Amino acid sequence: MVEETISKKYSEQKMRCPVHLSIGQEIAPSILSLFTEKKDKCISTHRCHAHYLSKGGNLDKMIAEIYGKKTGCSKGYGGSMHLIDIKKGFMGTSAIVGSSIPLSIGMGLNIKLKGSKNISICYFGEGAREEGAFIESVNLAIVKELPVLFFCENNYYSVYTSIDQRQPKNASYNKILSNLGMKTFYSRGKNFDDMYIKIKNAYNFVKKKRLPCYLEIDCYRNVEHCGPYNDDHLGYRNKEDFKKWKNIDLIRNLEKFILKSKNSNSKLIKKIRENNKYKIDKAFYFADKSAKPNPSDAFLNLFK
Amino acid sequence: MKNNFANFINKTISLSMSMNKNVICFGLGVTDPKGVFGTTLNLQKKFGSARVFDAPASENSLTGMSIGASMLGTIPILNHQRLDFALLSLDQIINNAAKWHYLYGGQINIPITIRMITGRGWGQGPTHSQNLQALFTHIPGLKVVMPSLIDDLPTLLLSSIFDKNPVIFIENRWLHFSETKKKFKPSIRNLPYHRKISSGKNITIICYSYMTIEVLKASKILKKEFRVDVEIIDLVCLSPIKEKILIDSIKKTKNLLLVDTSYITGSFSSNLLAKLSKLDFEHKPQILAMPDFPEPTSSFMTKYFYNNYISVINKTLDTLKIKKRYKVNQNNHIHDKPVDYYMGPF
Ligand SMILES: Cc1ncc(C[n+]2csc(CCOP(=O)(O)OP(=O)(O)O)c2C)c(N)n1
Repeated sequence: MVEETISKKYSEQKMRCPVHLSIGQEIAPSILSLFTEKKDKCISTHRCHAHYLSKGGNLDKMIAEIYGKKTGCSKGYGGSMHLIDIKKGFMGTSAIVGSSIPLSIGMGLNIKLKGSKNISICYFGEGAREEGAFIESVNLAIVKELPVLFFCENNYYSVYTSIDQRQPKNASYNKILSNLGMKTFYSRGKNFDDMYIKIKNAYNFVKKKRLPCYLEIDCYRNVEHCGPYNDDHLGYRNKEDFKKWKNIDLIRNLEKFILKSKNSNSKLIKKIRENNKYKIDKAFYFADKSAKPNPSDAFLNLFK
Repeated sequence: MKNNFANFINKTISLSMSMNKNVICFGLGVTDPKGVFGTTLNLQKKFGSARVFDAPASENSLTGMSIGASMLGTIPILNHQRLDFALLSLDQIINNAAKWHYLYGGQINIPITIRMITGRGWGQGPTHSQNLQALFTHIPGLKVVMPSLIDDLPTLLLSSIFDKNPVIFIENRWLHFSETKKKFKPSIRNLPYHRKISSGKNITIICYSYMTIEVLKASKILKKEFRVDVEIIDLVCLSPIKEKILIDSIKKTKNLLLVDTSYITGSFSSNLLAKLSKLDFEHKPQILAMPDFPEPTSSFMTKYFYNNYISVINKTLDTLKIKKRYKVNQNNHIHDKPVDYYMGPF
């Protein structure tokens, strides 16, 4: 609902930065949020809204950041691709593909050195596996026994380029990485229970064994790669796939399931929706009304 | 019919591929429906998927692959949608591309062209807007080319593609929107070359890339309102430099302003000024460059961040010790879009 509002309001030209929406990819991070603790550290990519919010990131500050305001979570310096909420353990995101992965093993190293019980979570898309930094980082994580959850969201596209133009057909990173000696989990993203269990097990594995783990979830991005609209008129994605994924919309299915199990649940869902709408309206109002940074603020914050 | 900068790039690559079957063109987004902002559209249709192809996000290896292929006679054009992404390939560019010819006593050529696009405005932020040409001009063995005016673009690109050395070809994203009615008629010239694009007697302005557009605009106002007669040298090739055209101009005007697109410290222009400081000047030469800060994302903070024709005019007046200043109200000026119809997001 947050991103649908971004999408609706983007043409007002008040959000003057690129936005990479996660509509269609929200459920996996939401499930992970059922297990994570505030002290777990998380890092992500250009497509970070869902990761940030599911780690408890402040909504008002996220929208304000996209509006370029002083009250934004990065004070306007970063924009949509650079969200952070240190209090909630969300330690930032990189707009360079694969670039944040090595940072996640660094956080894992720090956690290990401190002897704390928490873990490092590294979100990335399947495109990032093509960068050398990915294989270098998983290698290091295994050798140094770092508590890192490598969370790969495979939406089959890097911008408009499909995975079969970029990676070997039917390649299984789960196999590759388990051969390297890493625990792996894979969910095809079509069944809620399966996804739930895989995510839970992956999280618990890292948490208990203090070793790295690779978790891959198949998913589908419902809107364009970058920007607020649908871009299926460009014809780069298969119409069948689009329909298929629409049918297995796990959030809608979950809602149906909840409704079926108990009549009074419809009231509950309605209430959650209303509550969310209220929070979203409030966040956009906050962002719109917040103070602008001064042009001279560009010359602050370079060094401590 | 009007052509724009992006079409001209497309036509030039296409021409090079029909001139020589060894030319190949690839990189992220090259065959997608947007074709690197239109610059590579339809090339795969014309030349087939063996010579034109999309690629994984493996910048360093794509560069190494280009180098290896070029050692055996292929002429690769490698495309990056942002210069910032090409930073992942610095090892291959600096340690291999720039060295191989020298390292083996001149026996092997590395005729690759690496296109890099730099962003500007619309929340491009710190890692989608960097003008790091000085990083490449610092490296002996690389030719660095930065086009500015659309009329010269096809010749410049065609000459880069067929140059026998590695060429870093850096395009400012905003230039893609510039248009011309002129015919597409490229030729092949030896690189480097520089262009005097207007003659004048009071001051020489050396500029390049997008800032050349702003300097041209400034020079008209300087002439009309301040009677300052500007000679503009559009560098076009930043490395190596042929000093003669610059020296001749400065000897005539006795004054110099260098206009850069990047951070002042370690900038290309500060280095060029050091080389030219041996000349005699009437007034101290100056550099107009960007502050030593990354570009923030918020458009409120970039409002006065960039230099434009107004800052060029005032820096010129300052250099010439003319007290008057040019003032226009910039409050309603939209600073973060190249053209009105631009609606983001990239
Ligand atoms: C090093 C680098 N190369 C290319 C890009 C351009 N780019 C931005 S997002 C993206 C897609 C990456 O796909 P994936 O990692 O699967 O993430 P998704 O966008 O699908 O969530 C690309 C190629 C970039 N930001 N950084």
